[in-house]
Amino acid sequence: MNESEIRTRVVGVIKSIAPEVEEGELRADRPLRDQVDLDSMDWLNVLVAVHEKLKVDIPEADYRKLVTLNDIVAYLGAKLASRV
Amino acid sequence: MIEFKLPSLGADMDQGKLVEWKVKPGDAVKRGQVVAVVDTSKAAVEVEIWQDGTLFEQLVPIGERVPVGTVLATLLAPGETREQAEQQKRAARPAPKPAAAVPAPPPPVAAPVAGAIAQRRPVSPAARKHARELGVDVDKVAGTGPHGAVTVEDVEKAAAAQVKGAAPAGGDRYAEMRKAIAAAMSRSKREIPHYYLSETIPMQRAAEWLARENEKRPVTERILMGALQIKAVALALARVPELNGFWRNGAFEPATGVHIGVAISIRQGGLIPPAIHDVDRKSLPELMRALSDLVARTRAGSLRSSEMSDPTITVTNLGETGVESVFGVIYPPQVALVGFGRMETRPWSEEGKLFTAPLVTASLSGDHRASNGIRGARFLAELRERLQHPEEL
Repeated sequence: MNESEIRTRVVGVIKSIAPEVEEGELRADRPLRDQVDLDSMDWLNVLVAVHEKLKVDIPEADYRKLVTLNDIVAYLGAKLASRV
Repeated sequence: MIEFKLPSLGADMDQGKLVEWKVKPGDAVKRGQVVAVVDTSKAAVEVEIWQDGTLFEQLVPIGERVPVGTVLATLLAPGETREQAEQQKRAARPAPKPAAAVPAPPPPVAAPVAGAIAQRRPVSPAARKHARELGVDVDKVAGTGPHGAVTVEDVEKAAAAQVKGAAPAGGDRYAEMRKAIAAAMSRSKREIPHYYLSETIPMQRAAEWLARENEKRPVTERILMGALQIKAVALALARVPELNGFWRNGAFEPATGVHIGVAISIRQGGLIPPAIHDVDRKSLPELMRALSDLVARTRAGSLRSSEMSDPTITVTNLGETGVESVFGVIYPPQVALVGFGRMETRPWSEEGKLFTAPLVTASLSGDHRASNGIRGARFLAELRERLQHPEEL
């Protein structure tokens, strides 16, 4: 899966949790939770959905690395690459 | 014969519109089964029944809006026959009518009385009450009943028109919800003498324990700090039971179970505090599953009547929005609300040592009619203690 595919899926997951999000308005290099209203339950649901779609389990200790959309995409890309 | 009535759906909801029957006459029903769906100002609520039996007659048609307490259907008790029920029905009274369907009183035929009264057209008591609830000026509603009488339906149409004028499509429910919240909170501030206490709780033990616990768990089974807080509240209530229950008819009624109302925000705006039942008897994983399920169903607008009607205390966590502490407004007829602010790492000292630790401010809003500050303080001390032993939660 290439980077743009991962990005599309992650954005899809975020929109499924927060339907009010406009993709065009999302700044990929800014903290996600500043732009999207995600509480800890929503965030957990994002991770559960990512887990379902990409089969990547993100440990809690890594949450702090996942600040922006770019961070998430890069993190998942690395995880998926290390698996093959 | 058993009467199945529309249950109370929370302090701020006094009526509901029947949108679906899940069972039909002749069907056997079991205690706890969802038998109907009722639309309230806040959500579509699945109404459960609390007795076993066989559905005999449905008395309220789909689409009708009726007040809480209206008999929606009758049931045959186990062992009872249709004949017995028919007999009982004949003996009792004409088929019960939902109150909202009360016909307009016969219009006055006599000459109009002088003054403003002369201008008034007949309005059924139900329509008048309904108009008050919906904030509709009944004198401005066009009546379509006999002799221009204003019916409940007319009032509803007028209310719908008002709401549509005020908000775009989809705003109906939000406006209704805002009204319901306004009614409950105004009642709270009018009737409940609140007292407020707060306590800073060190959370390093809970946070470290939870991190270790979640490390072992797949993402689908992870536990949030919010679940620990709710469980700790439930356990602490055992020591101060006068915070768990209701103030009704001038007296405190202790609750038999610990059903914690969790304030859940809706994305489009608004707030619903449905209950998680018997929190004190649930394990943390069970509580976490119940919490995720409740949040998902609240946001999807599919709650059950028992969840809406019987929270015995409310917990709100506003820490997610970044506030330090909460000064909550109690949901009547409950007598307490517990608030949690954000968790933040700050300097802290214990046993003469200064270090940094994650801290959270917990607050209690108590009803002074039901409890005193000293008991409230006891509760917060107990809550703090419980959170120091996360493995026992």
